[in-house]
Amino acid sequence: MQRRTFLRNAMPASVLLPSLVGGFSFKAFSADSPIMQSLNLPVTETDHVFVIIQLSGGNDGLNMVIPIENFSSYVNARSNIYIPEAKTLALNGKVGLHPAMTGLHDMYDKGNLKVVNSVGYPQPSYSHFRATDIWMSASDSAAVVNSGWAGRYLNYEYPNYPNGYPNATKKDPLAIQIGSVTSLTLQGPAVSMGMSISNTSNFYNLINGVQDAAPDTPAGKELSFIRTISQQTQQYATIIKDAASKVTTQVTYPTNNSLADQLKIVSRLISGGLQTRVYMVNYGGFDTHSNQVNSNDTTTGGHANLLKNVSDAIKAFQDDLNFQGAADRVVGMTFSEFGRRIKSNGSGGTDHGSAAPLFVFGKNVIGGVLGDTPIIPANATVNDNLPFQYDFRSIYSTIMSNWLCVNELDLQQIMLKNFQMLPLVNSVGCKKAVNLSGEQLISNYPNPFTSNTVITFKTNGGHTLVQIIDTMGRVISNLTDKDYAAGSFTVVFDSGSLPAGVYYARLQNMATQQVRAMIKVR
Amino acid sequence: MTLFWHNHFATETADINNSQFVYNHHNLLRTNALGNFKTLTKAITIDPGMLVYLNGASNTATAPDENYGRELQELFCCGKGKDSLYTEADVKAAAQVLTGWKYSTTTNTSSFDITRHNKIDKQFSAFYNNTIIKGQSTVTAGDIEIDAMLNMIFATQEVAKYICRRIYRWFVYYDIDNTIEANIIKPLADIFRLNNYEIKPVLSALLKSEHFYDSLIKGAQIKSPVDLVVGLCREFEIAFQPTADYATNYGMYNYLVSWVSNMQQNMGDPPDVSGWKAYYQSPQFYEIWINSDTLPKRNQFTDTMIVSGYTLNAKKIQIDGVAFAQSFASPGDPNKLIDDVVKFLLRVDISAASKKQIKTDILLGGQSTDSYWTDAWNLFITTPTNTSNATIVKNRLRDLIKYFMDLSEYQLA
Repeated sequence: MQRRTFLRNAMPASVLLPSLVGGFSFKAFSADSPIMQSLNLPVTETDHVFVIIQLSGGNDGLNMVIPIENFSSYVNARSNIYIPEAKTLALNGKVGLHPAMTGLHDMYDKGNLKVVNSVGYPQPSYSHFRATDIWMSASDSAAVVNSGWAGRYLNYEYPNYPNGYPNATKKDPLAIQIGSVTSLTLQGPAVSMGMSISNTSNFYNLINGVQDAAPDTPAGKELSFIRTISQQTQQYATIIKDAASKVTTQVTYPTNNSLADQLKIVSRLISGGLQTRVYMVNYGGFDTHSNQVNSNDTTTGGHANLLKNVSDAIKAFQDDLNFQGAADRVVGMTFSEFGRRIKSNGSGGTDHGSAAPLFVFGKNVIGGVLGDTPIIPANATVNDNLPFQYDFRSIYSTIMSNWLCVNELDLQQIMLKNFQMLPLVNSVGCKKAVNLSGEQLISNYPNPFTSNTVITFKTNGGHTLVQIIDTMGRVISNLTDKDYAAGSFTVVFDSGSLPAGVYYARLQNMATQQVRAMIKVR
Repeated sequence: MTLFWHNHFATETADINNSQFVYNHHNLLRTNALGNFKTLTKAITIDPGMLVYLNGASNTATAPDENYGRELQELFCCGKGKDSLYTEADVKAAAQVLTGWKYSTTTNTSSFDITRHNKIDKQFSAFYNNTIIKGQSTVTAGDIEIDAMLNMIFATQEVAKYICRRIYRWFVYYDIDNTIEANIIKPLADIFRLNNYEIKPVLSALLKSEHFYDSLIKGAQIKSPVDLVVGLCREFEIAFQPTADYATNYGMYNYLVSWVSNMQQNMGDPPDVSGWKAYYQSPQFYEIWINSDTLPKRNQFTDTMIVSGYTLNAKKIQIDGVAFAQSFASPGDPNKLIDDVVKFLLRVDISAASKKQIKTDILLGGQSTDSYWTDAWNLFITTPTNTSNATIVKNRLRDLIKYFMDLSEYQLA
């Protein structure tokens, strides 16, 4: 099996950057100022992050993404709970979004949301447990697989985990789940590849060093002692604490929304520089057998509240990632173990079903709607279910190939077989990441230097910029700023009367950039 | 109690360096574990292993070695309590009493050699009522003088109090304040003396006492590595092989012993003659067991036992989550199951909110309907051969048990 070198080299020379600039507050600069981004990107861009949002209970896809094209059949099947066409939020004219999902609609308009219609798998299971296991293990319906797809992926990357972890090149948890147990998704062939932060208050306890109440007895005294040691020795506690403490300002997240609480933490950890690849959060309550809508206004009710919370949470998360300058690194997806029955039941709800739409979101997502509008029988019976158009494992495979940059041979082993690739994410993101850390594009000699140093850079052609930045993020000079043919070139940096210390040479060539740390000595 | 005595009359295998001596020493502790403390003390005093370990065999009239004479009083009988007022002269006198014993590596026994014995009269201090032990010169001098000395030592009030404190720290809690001393230790010590140092009546009184079950004092012990490892095997009724397959069993025991040893309790080799620090080192006591190295190892051990187990000769020791769940009255009821598991595995209760969260997250797969677990359980019980039904139940029980064993609460006994 090939090890992808960009992962081993995930921390190039520019790893010095965060510790050197650690002294200044990130909020001192507007987060989207070019300088902040130029300082942020080379370190944090090397790794892509994937965020999995599990909507437990079986989300009613038909009332989330409404089949406008087949509206009359839809109304016919769901006379007591259908969402009026006029209320839906327009997507591509063929399907419309639930009116509570204004945040996601906004993201759709910006091209940051992909709606994938009718995702499922052959011979669907209607059991919560079994269907969840199938989604998490990425197994065939009839097969029982005891490891998770993301766990297998991480096991390919870091085959000896947990022996020898954390270490100098991989200091951070491989995967983080907010929840009391790490789910099957993150289960590797032998051990769980993830760490869990049992709940949001536990997270704040972790970073603030707060303890839960222990009884006022000798047992309580010993319990507090063990908990203290436990916190101190939680392998990754310090790293998480450090990452969290780097982010002092976040956009406003909705309150009373546990998904938002979780995503807020995830954003904080990503923006704080954790190199963790996979995050998983969970939001429950989608098992809407009864009263999923208010009968006087079907656009409101329990399911509408859930969808609103999902939409608001993801929107705030995306806004926050933009604000932190981390949006380029992050793609997320939602999933639920199954959709619900086409035909609504007599108690204003829906029973367990099969295929359903899901969302893939992020700045590097190819926005739009993928797939045909679900076909609904004109007179749907209680036995009718939606056939799937896309196997959920095609989504995973595409994400791993085009976002996490897994090569094809590995992919086949992780996913247990081959799956169709889908237009979900910008695959240049992956190539860019490989280039960034896999190949040195800018270097200087001598280094350290006293007055002059020669900077050699490699461009793929087109507009190329080489500039010198000091540790405060100030641009000292632009050494070159023009169009080049592809090839290697040199420029000379004359440090003149600048004080001794660290300087960064930053190369920007179209979408590619890289930073080189240089040291001036007397 | 064998382990209690191994900690009390601590010896190190590596120092004794004779496997037959070590075996006999261990056997002595095991045989007398619930017997008579005075008898045990006498036997230990002339036990070949102890004669090696505390140099009793090099203690002669011409070249006295005070090692055992000191520990007999300081660690084994009287302790260092404020009323334990034996003197340096008593140490010297005890050493004189003990002169002349040696051991044989051919017969694996000890014997008394009168030619190496100090035959003078031995004068003890006021703590021992100024007792004089008459110097003997016959071949039975060794026994006569030791018996006289033990009678003298065991006549003090300190021996019973000291041993009862040790027992209290072993079974209840390390903090012995004036109230505990007056209301628990002293009455126990009286029982001990009244019963002529029989161990059973003391244990019976303590372990049946209201105090032992007082919710204020329950769960205050941090499990020793042995408590954790052996306790886990017993809690989950880990099945070992039939006696005939001792080769597999020994390998498995050895595996468990290596965990215990990695968690800093090396069987057969306590750190020194004082035993493990957890039972005497003020003010930390049991907390010494838990540090940044040992706590992750404890979690690794419990994780291993539930997730993958240990396989040797194609046999496996592993926690059977289904059998464990079935040992409770209502495994199909997620609330009762969690209540029962918590009651069984944890000495300190967890909040109702936590239980509900765990139920939702683990047994219900994020749902709020209890019947999802009940149905899954019943389906599995009806058709246990169906792999996917079995996997659903087994994986959730695995996660549930693992979660509880990873809680700090599980480290308390």
